[in-house]
Amino acid sequence: MMTSRTVLGASFIALAAAFVPAAARVTASSEQAPAYTPSVEHGAYMVNTKGCHDCHTPWVMGPKGPEPDMTRALTGHPSDLELPAPPELPPGPWAWVAAATNTAFAGPWGVSFTANLTPDTETGLGDWTEEMFIRTMRTGLHQGKGRPVLPPMPWSVYGQLTDNDLKDLFAYLRSLKPVRNRVPAPVDPGEMPR
Amino acid sequence: MGHRRHFAVIVLVAAVAVAGTTWRRAIAASPDAPPPVAPDSLMDTGLYAADRPGVVDPRNRPFSPQYPLWTDGASKARWIYLPPGTAIDTTDVNEWDFPVGTKLWKEFGFRGRAVETRWLWRATRDQWVFASYVWNADGTAAVKAPDDGVPGAARIAPGRFHDIPSVHQCRACHVSDRTQVLGFNALQLSTDRDPNAIHGEPLQPGMTSLKTLNDEGLLQPARPALVSNPPRIIARSAGERAVLGYLAGNCGACHNRKGDLAPLGLFWKHGEVATAGADTARAMIGHETKWQVPGVPEGESVLVDAVSPQNSALLRRMTSRFPASQMPPLGTVVRDQDALEAVARWIASQRDASR
Repeated sequence: MMTSRTVLGASFIALAAAFVPAAARVTASSEQAPAYTPSVEHGAYMVNTKGCHDCHTPWVMGPKGPEPDMTRALTGHPSDLELPAPPELPPGPWAWVAAATNTAFAGPWGVSFTANLTPDTETGLGDWTEEMFIRTMRTGLHQGKGRPVLPPMPWSVYGQLTDNDLKDLFAYLRSLKPVRNRVPAPVDPGEMPR
Repeated sequence: MGHRRHFAVIVLVAAVAVAGTTWRRAIAASPDAPPPVAPDSLMDTGLYAADRPGVVDPRNRPFSPQYPLWTDGASKARWIYLPPGTAIDTTDVNEWDFPVGTKLWKEFGFRGRAVETRWLWRATRDQWVFASYVWNADGTAAVKAPDDGVPGAARIAPGRFHDIPSVHQCRACHVSDRTQVLGFNALQLSTDRDPNAIHGEPLQPGMTSLKTLNDEGLLQPARPALVSNPPRIIARSAGERAVLGYLAGNCGACHNRKGDLAPLGLFWKHGEVATAGADTARAMIGHETKWQVPGVPEGESVLVDAVSPQNSALLRRMTSRFPASQMPPLGTVVRDQDALEAVARWIASQRDASR
């Protein structure tokens, strides 16, 4: 026969089952889902097949024509390359120009320079977090909340990659040797010294 | 008799257990549950009364921050809904924690026409839903904008258009704060309104304020001190107070001690500006910036140059609407002339004071 004490005990257990383990179960469930471990190898594949070197590695004239200078791979616009003011384009369909290195571009937005993607703390992505990198690709904003990422960076294309692809890509960039190369800040239209 | 009583208790316990399970599911989304999504129509978000289209449901409380965000001169209306029986957790008076089920709406209008209504909904403990609804031309319906936003949603000046931001862009500002709600905090809702607030709107009768929230028991713990001694920016002049309020409302979401931009050393979050206004203002003068002011020798750019105000990065970036230099970096394509003049006057006063 069920006593009052038994009923109270059963009540307590039922209530505990209903309310108390919620957080514990959520936590346990979260623990079951393994955290994603980014693949540097896949990141390298992404970088090499998605055009990152086209702009973030300076181009030089080689025996077969213009080619990326892989000794400066992904270091962005060379800081020692001083550029004159960009040529003014006449009215018409031509809208923008590029430096021979393919690391500096001038157009209606001003002048933009490709970033140093190596993990140098002061001049590259060394102080970026994975989250910041992903947010940048998703929002088109520098570090995910600063100024707009300028043309011709096709961030909206990369922004459609999965989180894991972007994590791989970032992991590969973090695995590179840090190279100190301070890329100039972008310049507003008309502000480039002539 | 005894069996009947035991049976009744068991039934009661079972009922409570079922209710508890339901409640638990409501506040903590199961990992397997589909993520909450915004409805396709604004009319289904709960903004309007069910039986009176176009009439805001009286359960949604209108409010008006005293230092509004500049959105190219848009007219704005805002409402908040707090589920019955809930309250805002104000344990940290500067980081309000809103109850699950909280909803906020913000309507943007240009030239007398509603263009979009943004919606923020705390669907679960861990999930805030962001959406924007685009109004049709005759203002009779608003449908959910694509997650990528809507460029050129309204013409606001020659060659300038209002863009509806993407969800990711919304999060760029709103995730800078733990609460993810901007413009609804102690300083913004203070009853000690700044009469010189830039684009400040008067507190209309019936609007929610710190006092109404506290009086209605919607702050937990209660904060009577915020009513008897409402937050106010302590500044050295009325102009400085207004400028600091403007920075809190327009810049503090990103420029604060907790966000990614903390290393820049610009701390304009509402709570800090309110309590340390004069110190905040003093720290801005001569503060070195990484951003290179055109015409200033490299490495010598400062946020506020009291000697040569025109070389202040703050003014230059607020003036610019070029992507490389404008501030704020998103949400505006037209400079805020009133704010520029107020900031210029304040900088000039610093120059005069330093003579």
